[in-house]
Formats: sequence, C-alpha cells, structure tokens
Amino acid sequence: MNKIDALIIGAGPTGLFTAHQLKLIGLNCEIVDNLDKIGGQCIELYPDKPIYDIPAVPECTGEELTNNLINQLKPFDIKFHLNERVDEVKKDKSNWFVKTSQGKEFLTPNVIIAGGVGSFEPRKFSPKECEKFENKSLFYSVKDKKIFEGKTVTIFGGGDSALDWVVELSKKSAINLVHRRDEFRGAKATVNKINELKKLGKIKLFTKYQLSNVNGIKNLESIDIKHDDGKVENLKTDFVLGFFGLIMQLGPIADWGLNIDRKTISVDTEKFETNQKGIYAVGDICTYPGKLKLILSGFHEGALAARACFKLARPNEKYRFEFTTTSSNLLKRLGKKE
Amino acid sequence: MPKIRYIESNGTSHTLEVPNGITVMEGAVQNNIPGIDADCGGGMACATCHVYVKDEWFDKLPKKEDGEEDMIDMAFEPKKNSRLSCQLLVTDELDGLVVNIPSKQG
Repeated sequence: MNKIDALIIGAGPTGLFTAHQLKLIGLNCEIVDNLDKIGGQCIELYPDKPIYDIPAVPECTGEELTNNLINQLKPFDIKFHLNERVDEVKKDKSNWFVKTSQGKEFLTPNVIIAGGVGSFEPRKFSPKECEKFENKSLFYSVKDKKIFEGKTVTIFGGGDSALDWVVELSKKSAINLVHRRDEFRGAKATVNKINELKKLGKIKLFTKYQLSNVNGIKNLESIDIKHDDGKVENLKTDFVLGFFGLIMQLGPIADWGLNIDRKTISVDTEKFETNQKGIYAVGDICTYPGKLKLILSGFHEGALAARACFKLARPNEKYRFEFTTTSSNLLKRLGKKE
Repeated sequence: MPKIRYIESNGTSHTLEVPNGITVMEGAVQNNIPGIDADCGGGMACATCHVYVKDEWFDKLPKKEDGEEDMIDMAFEPKKNSRLSCQLLVTDELDGLVVNIPSKQG
C-alpha cells in the first residue's frame, strides 16, 4: 500500500502541471494513466498538430508541449503508473483508498482527477458477436506475436498500426488486410511495402470492405466481410486484429459518487473540489460556470487544487504562498539552491 | 437562421435553428442533442461527432479536408455518406440539412 499526499489520475498536460505544483509546495504525488505513454490527448490525438494558445509559447505541437512539461518536472522525482486505470476509489476514514487495474493500492487524502474525457480504450468492431472471441482470437493490440505464427490472421484498419502489423506478421503468417476504402492513411513507405507484398502474393487485400459477422461456436472459424456494394465474402481465419485507434471512455469514474453531468464533473472554483471532500477534478473533465476547455485553464485549476491538497495532507502546518523567483524553499525543491 | 434536422438512431428527430458560423456539431452539443459526443471539442481528432448526411445533401456540402476521411476510418460504422459534423460550418446554403446520428460513437 502506497501512502502518498496526492494521487493524480491522468498524465495529460493538466495532470503533469498539477504534479509540478504539488511537488513545488512540498507534497509528494504519483500519477496513474491508462495510456502507455505520458501526454494524454496531446500525445494520443494530436502529437503533430500545432497549438497556438499556450501563454508565452507562440506555437508548439502536442508532443513538444508534453516534452516541455516533462522537462519542467525533471527536478522532481515523480512516479508514473502507465498502462493502468484507476478502477476503485473508496472512502477510508480521512483518506481515500485507490486501486488500479493492475492491483496497485494507494492511501491518500487527495485524489485529483485530471482525466480529460476519460481513459483511452481501443475502438471495437461493431458486430456484437465479436465480444465472444475478444482476447482469445480477436484482439485490438498485439501482446505476443508468436501466437500468430503459421496461422491466418485478418487485420482491419488503414493506419500505421494496422499496416505495420501486416508487414511484420506477413513474415510468418498468412495475412488478409481489410479496409473500408482504397486509400490508406499510413506512412507512404509502409503503404508501398503493402502494395509490394500484395504483388508478391504474400498478403490478400480487401478494400471497401467492413466486418459484418464473426462465425464459430467455441473457436473463431471464419468471418464475413461486406463490400460497399453489398456483396458479402466469407474468409477463413484463425485470428482477427482490429486497429481503429482509441476512444475516450469515462469508465469507472462514473461510479465514485461524483456529480457528473454530460461526462464532466462539477467542481467549485476555489479548490476545484468535487462534491466529495478530497477529490478534485481539473482540466477538460471538470465543469463550472464559465469553464473553458483550454489547456491554460487546466494549469490554473491544477495550481489551485494543489494548494487545497496541502490542507488535507499537512493538517498541522500552514501553507504559505511563495514565489519561485525569491523563495529559497522553492529554489531548493527545484534543485537550484543547496 | 438555417434550420438543421438531427435524427437520432431511434428515429427521434430534432429540428433546430442553428446560427451561421458555428458547426453542425456545435449546434447539436449546445442544444443537448444526444449521440454527438465531440470528445475532442472540434479538433478533427476523435471521430465522435460522426453523422450520416442525407444523400441529396452530401454533394452540396463543402468537400472534406485532408484528414477528415482518415478520422472517419476510425468512426463507428462509417458509410459513404459519413461526415464529421465538426467540419460542417453552418451557412445559409445549409438551410434544411438533414443528418442522421449513428447508434453510437465508439
């Protein structure tokens, strides 16, 4: 069980800067995020898109913003728990007991939800029957590529994830690639490679097709794919892989007794506290009169929530406001002074 | 003000006056039309404001910009008449537009 001053849910820009603020005022914190990398929407949805409304940063991409925020955290030792979702938040006397999908447990007086629009989960196939085979013969990511050796694998999607796996798995498996249109959005070199593999007869390509059904009683036997013109084709396949990117789901947050309206959590504008004492919401996931879904608002909200955390984490101490330009306390924490 | 008709997947229809200059997505979100999530807030980055445009309207709309078709690849049950409603700016020409909302966004 980890005992900490504050736990942050979400490693997007707001979560990162909130961690900075907590550490600066002398509190320890750890961050949990369901993605496999730091950066949240900035890194998952628009790493290459320029952002023009970060104060004092005329232009930067989502990836640059993330890297700058990580750099800003360098003086501090912050533990990240990636690939983990917070599944449980329960009251435990004056603390919150928090448990992740990997079974990690925390005890903390402060939980800061910086969860954006929720946790990123893979987008799934639409036929309901797919659930039956999920994680057995139908996957949305590859954990162990060895299981595909010598088998027939049908891969859906038109982006880099789909195409990269076609190229990789075609070395040891029979591959069908199915995509809803003729063009692929993956990198040009990969698309060329795909066309080459097709010419060599190493893969079968089905464009303007989508999955319409999966067949099999216990094990997956075949799938039906439907062409734009209505024609249905049956493909024998051992495995199905779908790469349609990620979607944000509010997930377990909905079960923690918070006031939630249209996927956002109501907070006050003094501490950004929810209706539960010691649980705060900052960034895109919080709402209050006048809320702007801008990164800069998240920074402000995180800074104030961090100060509120101090009261609960250090009930016998008084928080004193200080500037980084002059405070020797803060400069020490930043590693700028002995 | 242009009138836009949003039809939910269960058939419920909402006809709204949407001012020029905002998007078809914003028209839906501001009026609490269910089924248009717009998770990324209009950045063409999430495909959760996906709609089907009535055939007779499809060709009259401004063409898709680069990237929209790529995002539609990720949408739930994309079709030939799929568009992202965050990319449809409301103008007088769109008066009478009908969009169907998919049964879900992801």
